[in-house]
Amino acid sequence: MIETTYQNNVLTAFLSGEIDHDSACEIRARVDGIAQSLKPRLLCLDFGKVSFMDSSGVGLVMGRYRQMKLLGGALRVQNVSPGIYRIFAMSGLEGLGVMG
Amino acid sequence: MNAKNEMHLRFPSKSCNEAFARSVAAAFVMNLDPTVTELSDLKTAVSEAVTNCIVHGYRRESGTVFLSGKIDENGRVVFKIRDKGCGIADVRQAMQPLFTTAAEEERAGLGFAVMQSFCDKVRVTSAVGKGTTVTLEKQLGNG
Repeated sequence: MIETTYQNNVLTAFLSGEIDHDSACEIRARVDGIAQSLKPRLLCLDFGKVSFMDSSGVGLVMGRYRQMKLLGGALRVQNVSPGIYRIFAMSGLEGLGVMG
Repeated sequence: MNAKNEMHLRFPSKSCNEAFARSVAAAFVMNLDPTVTELSDLKTAVSEAVTNCIVHGYRRESGTVFLSGKIDENGRVVFKIRDKGCGIADVRQAMQPLFTTAAEEERAGLGFAVMQSFCDKVRVTSAVGKGTTVTLEKQLGNG
């Protein structure tokens, strides 16, 4: 469900499959665990292989945004398909400047 | 397109059943030959409603979620998602975008906004201590 890479102080989490309340809890635990140990300058959440997302994905991004602020880093969201973008657009996330 | 049909399903309020419920909803409308967007809209709306039952209705306690679906002869789909959980005291407030009672669980407060955006009609009836019913309506086959 998640593959991660760490390069030049950038942690990238490649998410895949369906993101709902159930899977978001697992992704959150996994990504936070890695981010807390590596303390990256930037966390990239890559949505390229996400086939479905409900509003749980918005909570996931907002939560990681806060988490990265606490760790002194930044967050970027990348490879968002138009279908998934519709849900992000409703949330005002664009105002945070995280949408890559 | 004479696709008059209906279905009834009940399942425990486990979060693994969120995926199960939206898959059933998608399978149920499949013979209406929905577009990819229509299918995604319905799956997302049903996922939001079922998640509400599990996270808010039953507050992570065990309970039963009821999902029923109806298709009329004009391709109009109606899903009802019901729980017998805690109910909502102020439905109008609960439906405000970004309002949430589960911020610590990273709920964005967008569930009803998504349902309203992806369906033609959303109706919520609720009684405190008795439960909540969400009715989602969507016309399929409009292009």
